[in-house]
Amino acid sequence: MSIVVNNLTRHYGAQKAVDALSFEVRSGQVVGLLGPNGAGKSTTMKMLTSYLKPDGGSALVGGKDVEKESLEVRRLLGYLPESNPLYTDMYVREYLLSVAAFYQLDNPHRRVEKMIEQTGLGPESHKRIVQLSKGYRQRVGLAQALVHDPRVLILDEPTSGLDPNQLVGIRELIMGLASDKTVLLSTHILQEVEWMCPRVLIIHKGRLVADDTIQNLRSRIGNGGLEVEWDREPDWNQLASLSGVRALNRRTAQSCVLEAGEGVDLSAAVFDWSVAQGLRVVRMEKPAAKDLESVFRELTAARPQNLPA
Amino acid sequence: MWAIWRREWNGFLNSLVAYIAMVVFLLITGLFIWVFPDYSILEFGYAQLDQLFVIGPWVLMFLVPAVTMRFFSEEKRSGTAELLFTRPVSTTGVVLGKFLAGWALVLFSVLPTLCYVAALYYLAEPVGNLDLGGIAGSYLGLILLGGVFAGIGTWASAVTEHPVVSFVLGVFLCFFMYAAFDSLRFLPLPNTALLVIEQLGIGAHFESMSKGVVDLRDLVYFASVAMFFLFWTRTVLDQRT
Repeated sequence: MSIVVNNLTRHYGAQKAVDALSFEVRSGQVVGLLGPNGAGKSTTMKMLTSYLKPDGGSALVGGKDVEKESLEVRRLLGYLPESNPLYTDMYVREYLLSVAAFYQLDNPHRRVEKMIEQTGLGPESHKRIVQLSKGYRQRVGLAQALVHDPRVLILDEPTSGLDPNQLVGIRELIMGLASDKTVLLSTHILQEVEWMCPRVLIIHKGRLVADDTIQNLRSRIGNGGLEVEWDREPDWNQLASLSGVRALNRRTAQSCVLEAGEGVDLSAAVFDWSVAQGLRVVRMEKPAAKDLESVFRELTAARPQNLPA
Repeated sequence: MWAIWRREWNGFLNSLVAYIAMVVFLLITGLFIWVFPDYSILEFGYAQLDQLFVIGPWVLMFLVPAVTMRFFSEEKRSGTAELLFTRPVSTTGVVLGKFLAGWALVLFSVLPTLCYVAALYYLAEPVGNLDLGGIAGSYLGLILLGGVFAGIGTWASAVTEHPVVSFVLGVFLCFFMYAAFDSLRFLPLPNTALLVIEQLGIGAHFESMSKGVVDLRDLVYFASVAMFFLFWTRTVLDQRT
């Protein structure tokens, strides 16, 4: 069950929320949809779940068109909206049964019990939803998305607003339950993507700015380089031609940042070279390796288009 | 559709709304039929239930919008609409499910008043000297009228996020459909026009049914007004932003 999005477009008034977005998620993949707030993540997901009609382009879920075959699409997928809306005056079990009633399941009771067990809702299942903590509500939200064992799962910020313990719990839950499903999940917590999604789509202002694996995204930016300062000005040309140096960015007359290829450590070579040159190294440090966060900032800040590919 | 019907109906039962509606309807009509001296059958001395069918529509006018007011407004407000409209049900199914739950509540409130019919049956002199045909027609009319009110209430809940706005709108529209067209007969217009205007309102059709004559035209009228509002509801709900 794949997701194929082709030139999907949606306006809110004059504003383009999603602008000719195209991507594909293959069957069984877990893909993270990333972007700053207002980038169009939720709007994209609402169109994929056939809640909103696209203004242009098309989207197929499991080969079904979200507009023309919306009922089939809805049967295929489980959806957890951003705000995790629930009927808070219902009891957990009652609510899940009322959701299961939409899907013509063979044995809704058994299925609901299984969901309660899998999501760890057992001790809370006799309560009204309004009495549950945020973490447990999120579990109810996941349970309702999964109750009919959908092949495709669309989760809009499934871990937002949870405390670190709950976060780990929900994250493990998703990874456990979604093992055989196609999952598209949005988030702006970047560590989460590093944990859960081998592949990342970054969108900004409704457009796709990156579609890659996490490793590639990191190496695209480089590993952060090496910052060196000497007691006097070195011979820049010689330094730049040192083996392993990919780029040299001068900071001051006596310091620079050297960039190396993936996995290459320049520190020893630079130190030896400095000694041979009669230079004294005043300072040498490795800035923390660039994490996804800086990748993200770089991609979504200055240039919304033209990915540096 | 039935999944939605069942959830709404269980909601009515669990929140006691259904029982309160039933008791209120029974109580108000009961007071008018048996207790208030100006209207009471016992004072009046005739074995007829006209009071029930005069008061009934006015009670339903408030009761029905009160139970339907949160149908869609609450879903929009709390965001659950997003889940509701991504379930494998068509918008028509959603609207019908909710509407039928509202209508079922009308039945639930109106049917217990049959005990008044039974009481009257034995009070009549001789026993059973009652216009049962007229009463049956009136009940059918009242239930159909309740259906139209439920349709109006469903529509009113779809056009706003605020249940109170929905209630006020619903009551006003129910009142308008029930009574306004009758009042227009005092306008200085040609008679044929007045006749047409009168036929647009619920009042005229309800009245004709309470004579015990079930006319196909009246049935068509009730069905088409209810359907008009349900279609409109669907159109409103399909416009999502």
